[in-house]
Amino acid sequence: MNRAPLFLLYINVLIIATCGLIYELLAGTLASYLLGDSVTQFSLIIGIYLSALGAGAWVSSFVQEKLARCFIEVELGVALVGGFSVPILFLAFGYVSWFQPLLYGLVFLIGTLVGLELPLLMRLLKEEVDFADLVSRVLTFDYIGALVAAILFPMLLVPNLGLVRTSLLFGILNALVGLWGTWLLRPLMKQKGLGALRGRAILVIGLLVVGMIKAESVTHLAEENQLSGKIIHAESSPYQRIVVTENKTGFQLYLNGHLQFNSVDEYRYHEALVHPPMSAVEAPQRILVLGGGDGLAVREVLRYPSVKAITLVDLDPAMTSLAEHFPPLGTLSEHSLQHPSVTVINQDAFLWVDTAQEKYDVAIIDFPDPGSFSVGKLYTSFFFNRLRQVLTDSAVLNIQCSSPLVSPKSYWCVVTTLEDCGFEVRPFHAAVPTFGVWGFTLASKSPLSKPLNLPVSVAAELRFLDQNVMDHLFVTPKDLQRVDTEVNRLNNQVLVHYYEREWSRWQ
Amino acid sequence: MAALDRRALLKAALAASSGLVPGGCQQMQRSFNGELLSPSLGPGHQIRDGYRPQPDPANWEETDIAIVGGGIAGLSAAWRLRKAGSKRFQLLELEPVSGGTSRAGETSFCRHPWGAHYVPVPDADNAPLWQLFDEMGVVKHDAGVREIMEGVLCREPQERVFAGGHWTEGLYPWAVATEEDLAQRLSFQTQVAKWIDWRDRDGRCAFSIPAALASDDPEVLALDRITMSEWMEAQGWDSEPLFWLVDYCCRDDFGLNIDQTSAWAGLFYFCARRESSAQEAPPVLTWPEGNGRIVQFLADAAKPQLRPNRAVTAVTDRQDHVEVISFDTRTKIAHGLRARRVVLATPQFLAPYLISDCPAERRTDASTFQYGAWIVANIQLTDRPAESSYPLSWDNVFHNSRSLGYVVATHQSGIDHGPTVLTWYLPLCDDLPADARRRLMQLSWNHWAELIVGDLQQGHPHIQPLISRIDVMRWGHAMIQPRPGFVSSVARKRAAVPVDRIHFAGTDLSGVALMEEAFYHGIRATEEALLAEDNSVPRFYEAIPHRGQG
Repeated sequence: MNRAPLFLLYINVLIIATCGLIYELLAGTLASYLLGDSVTQFSLIIGIYLSALGAGAWVSSFVQEKLARCFIEVELGVALVGGFSVPILFLAFGYVSWFQPLLYGLVFLIGTLVGLELPLLMRLLKEEVDFADLVSRVLTFDYIGALVAAILFPMLLVPNLGLVRTSLLFGILNALVGLWGTWLLRPLMKQKGLGALRGRAILVIGLLVVGMIKAESVTHLAEENQLSGKIIHAESSPYQRIVVTENKTGFQLYLNGHLQFNSVDEYRYHEALVHPPMSAVEAPQRILVLGGGDGLAVREVLRYPSVKAITLVDLDPAMTSLAEHFPPLGTLSEHSLQHPSVTVINQDAFLWVDTAQEKYDVAIIDFPDPGSFSVGKLYTSFFFNRLRQVLTDSAVLNIQCSSPLVSPKSYWCVVTTLEDCGFEVRPFHAAVPTFGVWGFTLASKSPLSKPLNLPVSVAAELRFLDQNVMDHLFVTPKDLQRVDTEVNRLNNQVLVHYYEREWSRWQ
Repeated sequence: MAALDRRALLKAALAASSGLVPGGCQQMQRSFNGELLSPSLGPGHQIRDGYRPQPDPANWEETDIAIVGGGIAGLSAAWRLRKAGSKRFQLLELEPVSGGTSRAGETSFCRHPWGAHYVPVPDADNAPLWQLFDEMGVVKHDAGVREIMEGVLCREPQERVFAGGHWTEGLYPWAVATEEDLAQRLSFQTQVAKWIDWRDRDGRCAFSIPAALASDDPEVLALDRITMSEWMEAQGWDSEPLFWLVDYCCRDDFGLNIDQTSAWAGLFYFCARRESSAQEAPPVLTWPEGNGRIVQFLADAAKPQLRPNRAVTAVTDRQDHVEVISFDTRTKIAHGLRARRVVLATPQFLAPYLISDCPAERRTDASTFQYGAWIVANIQLTDRPAESSYPLSWDNVFHNSRSLGYVVATHQSGIDHGPTVLTWYLPLCDDLPADARRRLMQLSWNHWAELIVGDLQQGHPHIQPLISRIDVMRWGHAMIQPRPGFVSSVARKRAAVPVDRIHFAGTDLSGVALMEEAFYHGIRATEEALLAEDNSVPRFYEAIPHRGQG
């Protein structure tokens, strides 16, 4: 070989070395973010990877002939395994329980293949170059490649491409080195099978390019594995990740991965949320809905002709806009949020309640479950006392408060807290197949002045409740009996702790 | 509806893949600016260098009591005078704003502290402080039971620590603790419990607030002869997480390392707020602007008597009255005040400069008072950094840092989204306080900004693009330092004794810089001044009964 191809081979070494370190960094970063504990993860990944390099070097001694062809095959192998490593791991994370063995196995496999590269290449070149020169040059370019990778990875690649695309891009680079090798190393190879080798190299590059184009949907796919159906809408607002999925039975809304409703049986939940408080007040006029940005609670409220004004306070404009502009939800909510009597306010209810000007006859509270402190504050005695101030003396409120069967402490903690604030509380529950047994608390400032009386005209429109069924919601079965809890205060947030403990048992 | 832990992690990974820049190696590309601030040093240095203007005869006024200094001690003195029905007094404050190191600041969207930012719920015995809180409208009376209202008790999550790559609840770095560490932690708690329940022959606690009411038994004072680390080593402990925790507490409350803090002060931190070991540590009161809320309440009430921008240059005893000469720092016009008595609510190191013909002994005593220098920075953020472990809390601490971490100004208001202000604290714990002050004044805003951003990046690698402004306050004499020997010293006690008609109210007289101590000394010194004229004035703190056996 003459000078030029030799120099080009050193460039190959540089690229190979860069790719090698990039896969290692990708695996380390991915493991840190998925599994946490970056020190352990990086330490394990580096250790496994380096030992695999050694294994690769050892394996190379068994390759006696067809060195050049073998080198190209190894390149294509690295391109496929390394290039797809991050997408595979991302998807597997939601799917399999043996994620860690898979992660370390992949790292070992990539390391072994990369470990084969240089020994093979050096043996290919040893006939052409003085051994001392060869070792010095190859190692020089190898270490320069490592430096290039170490600098590019944090500065350029991860910020601009993200982990998935970086992985695929370097797979393509490896495959290109392989393809290029079919020309560069041609003097060292037999003509036979060269075309097929090139064909395979191009196929690998093609696969990786398709991967690059589809990288965006890897995110979707990964989420779909976690959720229960095909994603038909997904967006990230400053407050949460909103995802709508669809399956044979209907569609489902998830906020931060937590199911909010299933279109198949949401009517059971929303009828139980809205009609008991509405039928406990004589001709309610001013209605407050906190949370419930999906518009489904408002749909139920609008069945009452006495209602003059509905104020809906939901943190996230993306959520209330979804109810207005995402057709399936618009249809399901009967476009309730566009009704002229509805005012939508996008604010944290915790802050809004201090600025409220009017008093309400009924308050319907449909916050997410108290799984975080920023939601948990909306179930504290502090908040309930503020809420009192915006209710008329005869007002009735109803709060969705998780499952009394799965999380009895959480459920009864809301009841205890309301009682501590001087509310009269009537706990009840309803069966919502998607959620199971679901709990609510009907509360009022003074004992209810009249029995719950579902208007006949309203009952006619409902699918779940009639007067008889509604009365039975207040019958407490043996397995839902009251448990003692502390009061949920702003400075203890016991409810968040109860909730975390109780739900983690069911996972 | 159950939380999906794995999914939360996956989401964090996806977020990371779009914007990850591992910290440490990149140049700081700044998208923000800010200011380097300090309390008004000019007038102070002028006075130190002998500037003594004389007022025109027309610029003399008369009053009963002149209070010098409008920090918590001076404002508490004014509060005590109003309780005694007196309105004939003046409060002279050097700065345009009152509060000293408890002052607050303000941005377009929230108020934030510039220093002290909380007060633990006081003992039932501390009736004057309960009285103050009651007047501030934060006490609820329910069937004869007093309670601090929920809205001012620090909201959960209260504190978290970043250790081993994660945020975890509380201050103790569980993530890096071994079985042996936990055993030593338990042993430490047992020792603390012993000291909480300790009583002297008169039934006094070893540690209490105000500190002046605690026992002076030799067994307790012996603790003041050694450092906290010496005391801990003598117990046979060597646990890194334990030493870290105690060191953090010493730096937090006293601005001193564990090996500079008197063991008396170290144990004071853990013991003084609990009447019995069966009791948990009390919750804390806090406001978005920290103790600035207390300052505002007291300063509003003292408005008619408050004279801001007034640098006092001389306090001179004239047998039957005291002359207080000051000048307006804006107009430079000198003012004279003839007062029957003076309450000097300044740190003791200023007394020799302010008091004409200051007695030699007081000069010597004042020189034993040493003060720590602090940096307090307010960092404005356009949004919150992403979180993947224990969520953003009120107090956020880095295990691997000399800073004390930061508190979040919007936390107590329940504002959990969007812009916020982080107040970041760094005590300079040099062996010689003067070295710390030199460093404090020499380093540029750039230096501090880089240090602060680097510190925050430990726990928030992507925080930098969210920063819109960093203002850095340099406190040269931020707080008194309880080094070994100081609290038990004769000099400290003697400094509280009046000189003729001048009474001393500085917080530093306690040896520990706490709001409760400032409040106590303001009241005590004012009562001394009032009692000298009228012996029927009641002492607010005298009525505190000794605590029974714990």
